[in-house]
Amino acid sequence: MPYFHKLKNYTHESNQFKKRMLKAAILLTLLLVLLIARLFNLQIFNYKLYSALATNNQLEYVPIEPNRGLIYDRNGILLAENLPAFSLNIAVDRIKNLEATINNLKTIIDITPKDIQQFKRSLQQKHRQLQLPLKIKLTQEEIASFYVNQYRFPGISLDTKMIRHYPLAEDIVTALGYVGRISKQDWQGIDSENYKNSDFIGKVGLEKYYETKLRGKIGYKVVEIDANGRPVRTIKIIPPTPGANIYLTIDSKLQKIALEALDKEQGAVVAIDPNNGEILALVSKPTYDPNLFTSGIDSDTFNKLQFSSNKPMYNRATRSIFPFGSTIKPFIALQALDTGTITPNFKISDPGWFKLENSKQPPYRDWQHGGHGIVDVAKAITESCNVFFYTISTKLGIAKIDDILERFGFGSKTNIDIAEESSGIIPSPKWKMKNTGKHWYPGDTIISSIGQGDMKTTPLQLANGIAAIANHGKRYQPHLLLATQTIDKARAMQEPFALPPITLKNPNTWNIVINAMHDVVMNPSGSAYTRFGPNPAYSVAGKTGTAQLYHHKIVNENPTPESEEGTPKHLRNHSLFIAFAPIENPQIALAIVVENNKMAPKVARKILDYYLVDAVQQKN
Amino acid sequence: MVNYNLLSNSNQKTWDKILAKVWQRSHLDFMLLCGILLLGLFGVGILYSASGKSMVLVWHQAANFGVAFIVLFIFAQIPASRYRPLVPWIFGMVLLMLFAVVSVGAVNRGVQRWLNFGLVRFQPSELMKLAMPMMLAWYLCNKTFPLRIKDLFFSCIIIVVPALVIAKQPDLGTAILVMATGGFVLLLAGITWQLIFGVSFLLMTAAPIVWHFMHDYQKMRLFSFWSPENDPFGSGYNIIQSKIAIGSGGWFGKGWLHGSQTYLQFLPVRSTDFIFAVYSEEFGFIGCLLLFAVFAYIIGRSLYIGTHAQDTFSRLLVGSLVLSFFTSFFVNIGMVAGILPVVGVPLPLISYGGSSLITFMASFGIIMSVQTHRKLIGS
Repeated sequence: MPYFHKLKNYTHESNQFKKRMLKAAILLTLLLVLLIARLFNLQIFNYKLYSALATNNQLEYVPIEPNRGLIYDRNGILLAENLPAFSLNIAVDRIKNLEATINNLKTIIDITPKDIQQFKRSLQQKHRQLQLPLKIKLTQEEIASFYVNQYRFPGISLDTKMIRHYPLAEDIVTALGYVGRISKQDWQGIDSENYKNSDFIGKVGLEKYYETKLRGKIGYKVVEIDANGRPVRTIKIIPPTPGANIYLTIDSKLQKIALEALDKEQGAVVAIDPNNGEILALVSKPTYDPNLFTSGIDSDTFNKLQFSSNKPMYNRATRSIFPFGSTIKPFIALQALDTGTITPNFKISDPGWFKLENSKQPPYRDWQHGGHGIVDVAKAITESCNVFFYTISTKLGIAKIDDILERFGFGSKTNIDIAEESSGIIPSPKWKMKNTGKHWYPGDTIISSIGQGDMKTTPLQLANGIAAIANHGKRYQPHLLLATQTIDKARAMQEPFALPPITLKNPNTWNIVINAMHDVVMNPSGSAYTRFGPNPAYSVAGKTGTAQLYHHKIVNENPTPESEEGTPKHLRNHSLFIAFAPIENPQIALAIVVENNKMAPKVARKILDYYLVDAVQQKN
Repeated sequence: MVNYNLLSNSNQKTWDKILAKVWQRSHLDFMLLCGILLLGLFGVGILYSASGKSMVLVWHQAANFGVAFIVLFIFAQIPASRYRPLVPWIFGMVLLMLFAVVSVGAVNRGVQRWLNFGLVRFQPSELMKLAMPMMLAWYLCNKTFPLRIKDLFFSCIIIVVPALVIAKQPDLGTAILVMATGGFVLLLAGITWQLIFGVSFLLMTAAPIVWHFMHDYQKMRLFSFWSPENDPFGSGYNIIQSKIAIGSGGWFGKGWLHGSQTYLQFLPVRSTDFIFAVYSEEFGFIGCLLLFAVFAYIIGRSLYIGTHAQDTFSRLLVGSLVLSFFTSFFVNIGMVAGILPVVGVPLPLISYGGSSLITFMASFGIIMSVQTHRKLIGS
């Protein structure tokens, strides 16, 4: 009986157990279905999402910098190149504790507070790159010690970067400008896609103006990366398009000669080929080394340059505005003759002063005490007679004076192909009212006629103006770009761009003025005769000028050493000189400003001698 | 020729007979063995990919399999009735070892799980996965069903004490596994629905207390389970990368050795806990179904053996071992697929590593032994 009971119990239990097993099996099946549903959701329903995420995970677009275009002068001398340098890069997103990492790096590489400051500045920028440079231009020792310790620094890498280099350094910076670190403002105007992972951009001068040409187009390396960000293999390469090489109109040798001719003085020289507007030399002195900027200038050095009292970074050739001084006289003479206000034979008797009729004002004086005697227009130019021009200015009126100056391009930008340019000032009654709130007085016209008062020009405008005289009125847009060479090796010459010419009723008027200018240099009574020096090997026409500082009562074209002695150097007048040569076949037109020194014609002589004699001899 | 043929034919028959005899003596279950070997092959194949084509790892795992198979073989030889009286002693010893681990265990990755016997280091918590079901089966097999409250209480102690000790190591994964397995056994042994709900309610109220005693990193895991996107590079990283791996597999996967998440090392612990993500990335949804089918086949066969076992002890033992196997499977896949928190539970028979492999092979040995040591009654 007990046995039976047990047996019955056994089968009952077994059945019970089978039922429970079945329930358990159903439960397991349900759970299994749950897993399958989950997998279906991930793998089928959300496949696109996760597939994209996986691709995102594994691919990285590493930008490849295009090679910046090289810059040559008109004779093919290299002015700007790219040199490889090692830079220490930080992949910021992959580093948790930047501070600690930088401190660790300090133990093997000399990282200055300035480097860190620069790094932090770029860190704060909106368009941040994947890799930020901490230090550029590592030394050989630093490179070696980094490679030894590299395992300690995941996310830090060494990169070869191409760093801009200017072999002629400060000689050429006035035209070239330089590249520097991309700043916050720079980002606003550029296609940030094209500057991924790059640090430098043209800041000033041609480097800035032709940035798009020189930059080229960024390329990409599509690499597969692993979870640690290490590239595993390259999937494909979209090669960058290198920037175009450009040739400048600048003759770098002439440029150097001009710089040397200025000696220790400050000033500016602009030399233009009158036949096409090509700028042969663009000099501003003092100058500075553009190579300071190419690997990121530190703020101390920058401030020193920026706030130096002699302003080396200020482009005097295109930005400084000076009073014309007497260099204005040929332009006014042209207008007086052309409008018939005077004839070539018109003469005045110069007593050494000029007084307006019915005026209680003191008389306007000539620089030469006792005057120039009987003066016609040619003598007035040659000897730079102020009284003659005072006289004709009252006949011409300011409107006609402004008219001729504006036709020569004064008072507005020349649109040279660098951005740093001033427009100068050609004052008119309207201009005066607007800017000073005062009426135009007859006296304003009188001092305007000798290029003083508010009449202001840049050296570039002056050179452009004298080039037009040399050309008998034919005018060209002054420019620095000679040719562009793109990757396909086609060298495209820049066509000269003609501006509206100045036509005179009587073309002979040109010769009257040009001959007078010839006498300025060649006639012993000419205002530049002594300082230009005798016997040039070419025919030359010029005109002196003095930019008055602190309103000296008398503008002295030929100051004696005695008259200069009492004046401190920085208060002495600037000397101006415009010239072109040869007269019959003009090759070069010059405008020279020497600050606080009268030597401008001397500078011109050195430049012309080189360009028209020495350089030609060297070529032959 | 004819003679020879006859001879060979009869020879063949004798050989067949001998083989059948040997097979019968080996006490292995053919159907179960096929499933296990199939999973083993899967595992080694995936491991080759997951390890970045490391033959060293593959050979090592094959050796693990060899050892584990010997263990299986040994367990298959022992009829359950033989060790049934010893079960409380075994359980007691394993529990003692667990305590020993907590107090003096070797430190491995900051957690104490291993007992170091010089050459051999092993995890007593793994042994507990065997000892606890045995103990429960032993305790419950002569109780009346459905269970009385007293029996239930003692069963709960048998489950909870080792689970707590394991959790203390800390090894939350194994603790949960042990608990879940115990729960399953109780379910099989027969408890009323009221009780199930009551216990669930108790568990829910206990959750905040458990939370209080949890380690920070365990809390982080739970956090990141709920919202992995909050901390994509920290604690949520594993889950996100694992989901990406699985999801990007699509219908048919990226192909063996072609899982980008795997060979670019985005997947964490891909040879062990997250090996399923490797598999599903490379073989896709269809591949997963195939793998599940093999698992289902093994579980089904074991359940069949359980239902046809001759005594309650064997039935309960087999049932709980199978459920333990299933729980590991479910928790691992659930965690890799992001529906369960990340607790360190390997995928049975697939994940790299010897400890858990040996445990599961031992339990299959026990299951086979139940099937092959049947007394022929009633015939």
